[in-house]
Amino acid sequence: MRHVISLVLENEAGALSRVSGLFSARGYNIESLTVAPTEDASLSRMTIVTSGSDDIVEQITKQLNKLVEVVKVVDLSESAHIERELMLIKVRAAGKDREEIKRMADIFRGRIIDVTDTTYVIELTGTQAKLDSFVSALDAGLILETVRSGICGVARGDRVLKV
Amino acid sequence: MVLTGAEIVIRCLQEEKVDYLFGYPGGSVLYIYDELFKQDKVRHVLVRHEQAAVHAADGYARSTDKVGVALVTSGPGATNAVTGIATAYCDSIPLVVISGQVPSAVIGQDAFQEVDTVGITRPCVKHNFLVRDVRDIADTIKKAFYLAKTGRPGPVLVDIPKDITAQKCEFEYPQTVSMRSYNPVVKGHHGQIKKALQLLLGARRPMVYIGGGVVLGDAADKLTALVRKLGFPCTNTLMGLGGFPATDRQNVGMLGMHGTYEANMAMHYSDVLLAVGARFDDRVIGSPAHFASEPRKIIHIDIDPSSISKRVKVDVPIVGHVDEVLGELLSLLDATSERPDQESLGVWWKQIEEWRRRDCLKFNQGEELIKPQFVIQKLWEVTGGDAFVTSDVGQHQMWAAQYYKFDKPRRWINSGGLGTMGFGLPSAMGVQLAHPGSPVACVTGEASIQMNIQELATCRQFRLPIKVVMLNNRYLGMVRQWQEIFHGNRYSESYMDSLPDFARLAEAYGHVGIRVDKPGDVEGALREAFSRKSDLVFLDFQVDQTENVYPMVQGGKGLTDMILSAEDL
Repeated sequence: MRHVISLVLENEAGALSRVSGLFSARGYNIESLTVAPTEDASLSRMTIVTSGSDDIVEQITKQLNKLVEVVKVVDLSESAHIERELMLIKVRAAGKDREEIKRMADIFRGRIIDVTDTTYVIELTGTQAKLDSFVSALDAGLILETVRSGICGVARGDRVLKV
Repeated sequence: MVLTGAEIVIRCLQEEKVDYLFGYPGGSVLYIYDELFKQDKVRHVLVRHEQAAVHAADGYARSTDKVGVALVTSGPGATNAVTGIATAYCDSIPLVVISGQVPSAVIGQDAFQEVDTVGITRPCVKHNFLVRDVRDIADTIKKAFYLAKTGRPGPVLVDIPKDITAQKCEFEYPQTVSMRSYNPVVKGHHGQIKKALQLLLGARRPMVYIGGGVVLGDAADKLTALVRKLGFPCTNTLMGLGGFPATDRQNVGMLGMHGTYEANMAMHYSDVLLAVGARFDDRVIGSPAHFASEPRKIIHIDIDPSSISKRVKVDVPIVGHVDEVLGELLSLLDATSERPDQESLGVWWKQIEEWRRRDCLKFNQGEELIKPQFVIQKLWEVTGGDAFVTSDVGQHQMWAAQYYKFDKPRRWINSGGLGTMGFGLPSAMGVQLAHPGSPVACVTGEASIQMNIQELATCRQFRLPIKVVMLNNRYLGMVRQWQEIFHGNRYSESYMDSLPDFARLAEAYGHVGIRVDKPGDVEGALREAFSRKSDLVFLDFQVDQTENVYPMVQGGKGLTDMILSAEDL
């Protein structure tokens, strides 16, 4: 089963490799991993999407907690939460395709942020599923590149992951 | 006061009351060695290979309750230390390893003797640091000792670039450590401990399973008191030997792959299992599926939450320091008049005694060939069961664990988790330095000893009167045993040809060497060796080449599926 694990860790050199090394050494999956400093520059916030049985995910959270630089770990998928991912997609936009792609971007509430005679770069934010459906809605032959950030997640309501 | 980085390193070690520092100098640690030269509080032990420095620090730590400390240079110094660090990591031994690094300005430029030490050691340390500023040295070393010793112990590495050891700053040693990201649990959950006691009091076929955590957590006294009060059978893992006296009838011996018949049977058929500082690893319970096939309630006390329900589902998890938790369990037991049902306990003990009558560790010592088990049995007798025994890895290690009956904790020093050949002799050096005047035996084989035999020179330099008890079967014995059982007697590369004359080799290093060929000479040789209080004596016992370690549970099989002797093959 898919899990979204959120952690707060010391913003120190090597902390990221401790986390990624843990996943590779113990054979856990990483579907995506995003990390950046928080409003407190001494801390980083990381969102990891992983999958595994309940036993495995329990081990993952325990092992993450054991890392000395990890301050807090929460499995967001245990309760209501929000996930968002950013995608930048460069497409070939020439001739009759230009109008069609523009329309499609509008339907998905994407924004065209770079334009040339033959290409568009579209910025799109949403859940993984929404980004997937946008990609499949486009003619595969027109896609030049896609860049996805991996998801960021946060719990709904009052629940806060803070030090 | 303003000091150089190197002075600060040494001052920190003094503040931590480090009496022995095991190490080997090199370019990147020259400033530190220069400061070492100018003082006499921290005594440096010059080893002959960095792996041995870490093993010696490890043996020192295992036999005391202190942190072992090693110092190595950058590049090959650090990579040689890795095996020692991984050995300590697998067995949760508190170490601080200080490594030199190339100067800050050339890090990342493939400088001479540069490796990414922090990167290489990351998966086999509890934590590591690269010091980037001279002002961080004191704080980092303070943290390193704190991390190594608290929570689940482990090795911590501090990598210090050479230029930083030459720079100066104001020195003040921090008195306390606070880390928002690291707060190990000490006390167990009271409700869970009460639940555990209820389960124990209701048990009909109880079993206590004692791991290395009991030894490392200095909880042997409380555990022994608890087990005796309850009248339950107990078993030790390889790492837990000494956690409960081996000569006590309530102890049914070591369990696991080479555990006793009665220990493995009692473990499997118990209805309530109390696991203390143990981790249900593959060498202990064999197949988890087979182990789970018999229903039982499991109480698991451990300081590390990730050890709980990792391989075996647990009913009552208790996270905390084992000594604290056992103390609370004991006072709850004292406060109640309830006791386990004596009748069913009596029936259970009768069953265990029946298993015990199989006498699974019996062997026949004939007139001609020395049986390796016999040597260990005599070693136990001659030392009155009170020596510190270190071991290498292989058959001799298992025989030492089976036949030397450890009644006290911290007497049995071996590489349990990583299984590092070459551990025995250097770890014995650390043990002997920590316990001058106490008998220290290194049980080894002719293959293992050669992985760190150069340390005989260190033993000479520091006058360490270790007794090397070598069981020489001219084979990589455990490899040969597996090849006999699983690979159709094809002894691929497990025979040792061109062995040195070990007695003369020991003499060449300035020690005493004795070769023993006959069973009748075993005891005399051991007595002679231990009577030489100030000499290292190297005993080369020529033992039966074909002897195997029994009982044996084949890898991946169930715990009750034991080969008891050669006839079972």
